[in-house]
Amino acid sequence: MTEPIIKFDKVIKRFDTFTVINELDFEVQPGEKVTIIGPSGSGKSTVLRILMTLEPISGGVVWVDGEPLWHEKAADGSLKPASEAHLHRMREKMGMVFQQFNLFPHMTVRRNITEAPTQVLGVPKAEARERADQLLDMVGLRDHADKYPHQLSGGQQQRVGIARALAMRPKIMLFDEPTSALDPELVGEVLGVIRRLAEEHDLTMLLVTHEMNFARQISDRVCFFDQGKVLEQGKPEDLFTAPKEERTREFLKAVLEGN
Amino acid sequence: MLFGIAWDTSSNWTFAVSILPILLRGLWVTVQATVLGFFIALVLGLVWAALKMVPLKIVSWPAAVITEFIRDTPLLVQLFFLYYVLPEYGIIFPAFLTGALALGIQYSAYTAEVYRAGLQAIARGQHEAARALNLKSVRTFTHIILPQAVPRIVPAMGNYLVSIMKDVPILSVVTVLEMLNVAQIIGDRTFNYLVPLSMVGGIYLIMTLVASAGVRFVDRALPKRGIPLK
Repeated sequence: MTEPIIKFDKVIKRFDTFTVINELDFEVQPGEKVTIIGPSGSGKSTVLRILMTLEPISGGVVWVDGEPLWHEKAADGSLKPASEAHLHRMREKMGMVFQQFNLFPHMTVRRNITEAPTQVLGVPKAEARERADQLLDMVGLRDHADKYPHQLSGGQQQRVGIARALAMRPKIMLFDEPTSALDPELVGEVLGVIRRLAEEHDLTMLLVTHEMNFARQISDRVCFFDQGKVLEQGKPEDLFTAPKEERTREFLKAVLEGN
Repeated sequence: MLFGIAWDTSSNWTFAVSILPILLRGLWVTVQATVLGFFIALVLGLVWAALKMVPLKIVSWPAAVITEFIRDTPLLVQLFFLYYVLPEYGIIFPAFLTGALALGIQYSAYTAEVYRAGLQAIARGQHEAARALNLKSVRTFTHIILPQAVPRIVPAMGNYLVSIMKDVPILSVVTVLEMLNVAQIIGDRTFNYLVPLSMVGGIYLIMTLVASAGVRFVDRALPKRGIPLK
């Protein structure tokens, strides 16, 4: 096995007194497509938010691409809390797609995609625009480059969200319930884009979703989260057809019956 | 005679025409006090808003107490305090500056709320998306948050601009020769209050309409495309 690109080492996350992530050990290999499923409040979205540095951790160490995410190595080799500069550098490795899309409403679709590459990576404007148009091509929205987000459907907005994250050329893509805010008939177009991404790129992908069929099709591994820990994980064909844990069986039964 | 300009009391109309240039001198002071007071309110209000949004209680709490205190005491009391009490401690401002300062301080407590409401109306997801994209915090503020907040802020600020203008006559009690004070002096000397006070009312009406139209113009000129406004 190669060195994991993501490694949670006894990570704890508390909100006040409520422990969301409880001494979590969790690894993802480079290029691996991992889906996280589990009941709400199980901490699955928090895992992504910790990785994107949107939520600081309360304990343990998170490793990304061989470096501690929330810590820096001090001169004596011990770990000290990360500076903003360190977090800035680490964030470059990751991109995130949000449940609520979070596009910038006052910017055109193309500007949404070029803003960060030009400002953060220093990509020349013309080059960034060209790349934005390529990405829009990829998500099937080339004709919508000059529109504003409110002129697009939810599914289109989320596809822009994916293009915007990809424009930063991340090694790791984090999808936080990317289709949960969408009308049912728009889910397919977004999943289609994610599926193509999974099939055609060596990106490491971490996906939190309630779309079990989709998880089954694209994942190398499915992790069932419960009470801030990985209760059970395995290949999708194993986990979905023969779950070992009672909690997993209950959850899958409830979710699949709901569908 | 006032400001070296004489008046003609032969009829109300000739009187009105002859005192107009004098009242306009007063109006000029009113406008200056309005602009300076508004400027102070805008800058100081932003400071209060920023302090109140600091997550540390030792910073946000005093700012909240001070602005609450400012809002809950009358402008006239604050004005007298600045004008009569500060000089006892060796701090002496000209009457005009004291007046503009009192207006600015009073209204800063209100503009602070406008800023805060405008900035907090921006969804948390906007901050998170900017962070995920690694935008620097200054860039996030100037290019993501502010362009969405300004269209929410401008109309309310415009209302306060008009309010400040209408509060300027209070400065007459500390001898500032703004428009009402000028009108009163003319009345005292001619025993004709009807004409100068009616003219002050009329001029105020025009000024208020002009200022409101100006605010609407600025509001319309702002880029608002795509920004969800309530």
